[in-house]
Amino acid sequence: MNPVALTLIELGAVIFVLGFLARLAGRISMSPIPLYLIGGLVFGAGGIVDLGGVREFSHLAGEIGVILLLLLLGLEYTAKELFTGLRRSWQAGVVDAVLNFIPGAAVALLLGWGALGAIVMGGVTYISSSGIVAKVITDLGRLGNRETPTILSILVFEDLAMAIYLPILTAMLAGVSWFGGLQTVGISLAVITVVLVMALRYGHHVSKAVHSENSEVFLLNVMGLALLVAGLASAMQVSAAVGAFMLGIAISGTTAHLASRLLEPLRDLFAAIFFVAFGLNTDPASIPPVLGWALLLAVVTAVTKIVTGWWAAARAGVAVPGRARAGTSLIARGEFSIVIAGLAVTSGAVAGELAALATAYVLIMAVLGPLAARFTEPAVKALRGRYSRQKAPAPVA
Amino acid sequence: MNVDETELPGFGVRKDFMTKSGRRIGVVTHRDGETELIISAWDDPDTCQASIPLTGDEASALGNLLGSQRIVMQLTEEHKEVPGIVTRQFNILPESPYRDQPMGRAAIRTRTSVSIVAIMREGEVIPSPGPDAILHAGDLLVAVGTQEGLDAAAKILRNG
Repeated sequence: MNPVALTLIELGAVIFVLGFLARLAGRISMSPIPLYLIGGLVFGAGGIVDLGGVREFSHLAGEIGVILLLLLLGLEYTAKELFTGLRRSWQAGVVDAVLNFIPGAAVALLLGWGALGAIVMGGVTYISSSGIVAKVITDLGRLGNRETPTILSILVFEDLAMAIYLPILTAMLAGVSWFGGLQTVGISLAVITVVLVMALRYGHHVSKAVHSENSEVFLLNVMGLALLVAGLASAMQVSAAVGAFMLGIAISGTTAHLASRLLEPLRDLFAAIFFVAFGLNTDPASIPPVLGWALLLAVVTAVTKIVTGWWAAARAGVAVPGRARAGTSLIARGEFSIVIAGLAVTSGAVAGELAALATAYVLIMAVLGPLAARFTEPAVKALRGRYSRQKAPAPVA
Repeated sequence: MNVDETELPGFGVRKDFMTKSGRRIGVVTHRDGETELIISAWDDPDTCQASIPLTGDEASALGNLLGSQRIVMQLTEEHKEVPGIVTRQFNILPESPYRDQPMGRAAIRTRTSVSIVAIMREGEVIPSPGPDAILHAGDLLVAVGTQEGLDAAAKILRNG
């Protein structure tokens, strides 16, 4: 069989299985990300079937998947929302970053992965999955709840933090010197500021430039521009994903809305391939040794997210049940943890077990997060019920 | 009335207020124009007991119902002293012969002595509409007149 035919068959089989997994995930209303990762583990190196042929394609497709993930994330926000979100939530955002970065970093140091490994694992445990959290909020009908703006503005802060974190990480992974690192950070901060101000003032020009009534032209415009910006950002060592995120923010209004509707299927496809590609490159045999650490991290960072959400919601004047909901809603980690781990693994600058730990961790958190959010309400009610029964005065008869 | 407006980054805007009875009520307007009616739970004003997605038509129908109720009550109160005067609301149905026509074409005042004192449209009030006001499907007319006159006016608006 010629190699192209073989690759096509393998790729087709993989995507077909992904479709099945996505349907399964939908049936039990959970995020498909953990299933994609497991799919990748099964097909990958050391898995049940080794599909070597698709690796080359899936690598590039995975890169595009990351760009699309971040582009669509940027499209969801307007520059104005980012500013108000930042103003409203920066304290909560800082608490969130500190509490959730430290556990990951500490475990990496304990495992002897060095400063670089610590920065990577800190990022992995820090960032909640906006995709999963948003889905949990809509699925549970909590959009009108009072704690919801708090949750969303913490997510906004995290996403903006990514725009600073990813360039730093990219520079460090590339082995840039301290001075060079500072330079990249300077460049990325300047770029972010310029883009935000431009988006606020002239966002409609960018939107107009890419907009077209013809959906084919529109798709090609947005996609082309996204890859172009991502490539340029990558060439400047600012991380391709951040370039795409910034482009997404600059596009606003109806154009942004139409663009995200148009790109959603593409993102779903390429992001799925990205998760599988990550799983493909992880040896399933490397997971059991780090499973204990993953569980420990899961418990600790679930608690730290609950503390973050609780504290932030309390500051916003939300009562106890709402605080618990805010805390548990933030537990889910997903796509961005894998994006960070993926960046680190591809660069080859970190220990191989890191991919295994990140995979195991995200597998746990992507499942645990939505479950915790769902069962918060009954749990709080039961606890409070018992509490108030104890407190109630005994009947006088 | 103090309506709180809160941005929901990535989703849209929530506008709500606290009722006297301690329930939070309002709407979430999604980025794509969808509207959701939200009502808080009785035991926890932070939670939503119901969030009901409404189409554009449904939202404006609900707005008309709530808005017109107050006007009708006010008018009824004012006309309480005058026996025989009744306030009533008429819905302009899509199949009404006067749909998209100026109101004067129906000549309700001349034919039935009934006055149309307001039109409720998409939650807004158009007070004392003139004969050239165009009637749209979904409009709610607030009319004042005698019982018989109002019956006749209803028939005219329905059948021409």
